[in-house]
Amino acid sequence: MHELSIAVSMVERIIEESEGRGGLQVEAVHLRLGVLSGVDKDALAFSYEIACEGTFLVGSRLVIETVPLLIYCDICKMEHAPESIQQMDCPQCHSPSQKIIRGRELEVAALEITA
Amino acid sequence: MSTAPRLIEVRAKILKQNDLLARELREQFRRSGVYVVSLVSSPGSGKTAFLEKLLARLSANHRVAALVGDLATENDAARLQRAAPQVKQITTGTVCHLDAQMVEKALEPWDLNELDFLFIENVGNLVCPSSYDLGEELRLVLLSTTEGEDKPLKYPTIFNGADIAVITKMDLAAAAEFDLAAAHRNIQSVRPGMCVMEVSSKTGQGMDEAISFLHVQLEASRAAAAQKVM
Repeated sequence: MHELSIAVSMVERIIEESEGRGGLQVEAVHLRLGVLSGVDKDALAFSYEIACEGTFLVGSRLVIETVPLLIYCDICKMEHAPESIQQMDCPQCHSPSQKIIRGRELEVAALEITA
Repeated sequence: MSTAPRLIEVRAKILKQNDLLARELREQFRRSGVYVVSLVSSPGSGKTAFLEKLLARLSANHRVAALVGDLATENDAARLQRAAPQVKQITTGTVCHLDAQMVEKALEPWDLNELDFLFIENVGNLVCPSSYDLGEELRLVLLSTTEGEDKPLKYPTIFNGADIAVITKMDLAAAAEFDLAAAHRNIQSVRPGMCVMEVSSKTGQGMDEAISFLHVQLEASRAAAAQKVM
C-alpha cells in the first residue's frame, strides 16, 4: 500500500499551495483521481486523515472525483472511452493504437476555503 | 463578513516533486549516454535471475551497473555482484516501491559517464511502483509462467504503464500448464501494441533477442541524444 506515501505528498502539496496564497483556511480538498493512476480511492481517503495529523489540515474533508478513461484513436481520429482498463483498444475499430488523454490524473483540483 | 465556502482552483499534481526529479534524472542519463532500464514484477517472478543473466552477458562488451530495491536484505545485490561489479542495494525499509529520490541518492557516488547500461530492479510489487517515474528510458514488466496468464488483467495499471512485457520461466511453461496465447491476448488487451519477449533465465531461451534489443535501444537513444545537441 503506497497510498500513505501519496497522502503525505498530497498534504505537503496542499500546504505549499495554501502558503503560496497567503495561508488559507482549508475546509475541503477536491482531488481528481484517474482510474489508471494506480491509487486506490478508499485507501487514500483513509491515509489522508492520518497524513493530516499535526497539520492545519486536520478535520478537512477529502472529496474525490474519479476520472474515467479517455483515449485517442489514431485510426478513427476520435476520442473514445475504452470498455475498461482491462480492454484498452479502440472500442470502435479495435485498433491497438492508444494515446491516453485522461485517466492517469493524481492531482488536487481545488481547495474549498472559508473566506 | 461571509463565511460561505469558496472554491479555489489549484490543479496541483501530487507527485510533482517526484516527476520533476525523474525528468532531471532522465536528462542527466541522456547527457551521460547511459541507457536506463527498470524492471517491475511481483515478488518471485524472476527479476533478479533475468538481470543476473543480462548483466553477465552485457558486461563482456559494455559497462553495466544495477540498483536493486528490496524492503530488506542485501541478498540480491550480493547475487548480482557475481555478474557485474557495480551493483548497489536500496533497502526501502517498509516502503513498497522505489521513487526518484531513492534512485538519485543511490547513484550519487557513481560517474554516469562511465556507464553504458544501468538497470533498476524495483521492489517486487505489481501495484505501488506504477505511480512513480524513476527517470528510466524503458520499463520492463515481468510475468512468470508459474503466476498464471491472467496477471495482466488483474494488474492492468502496471502493465499499461510499462513499455515491454517479459514472460519469464518459459522452461516451466508446460509443467505449469501456462496458456501462452491467452497471456499474449491479456497483455494486448491492457496495453495494445505492447512488445512481448519470452525468456528463460535457466535455459537461455530468448536471451539473445533480449540482448540485441537492448543494443539497438542504446544506439537509438544515443543517436537521438546526439541529434538533440546538434
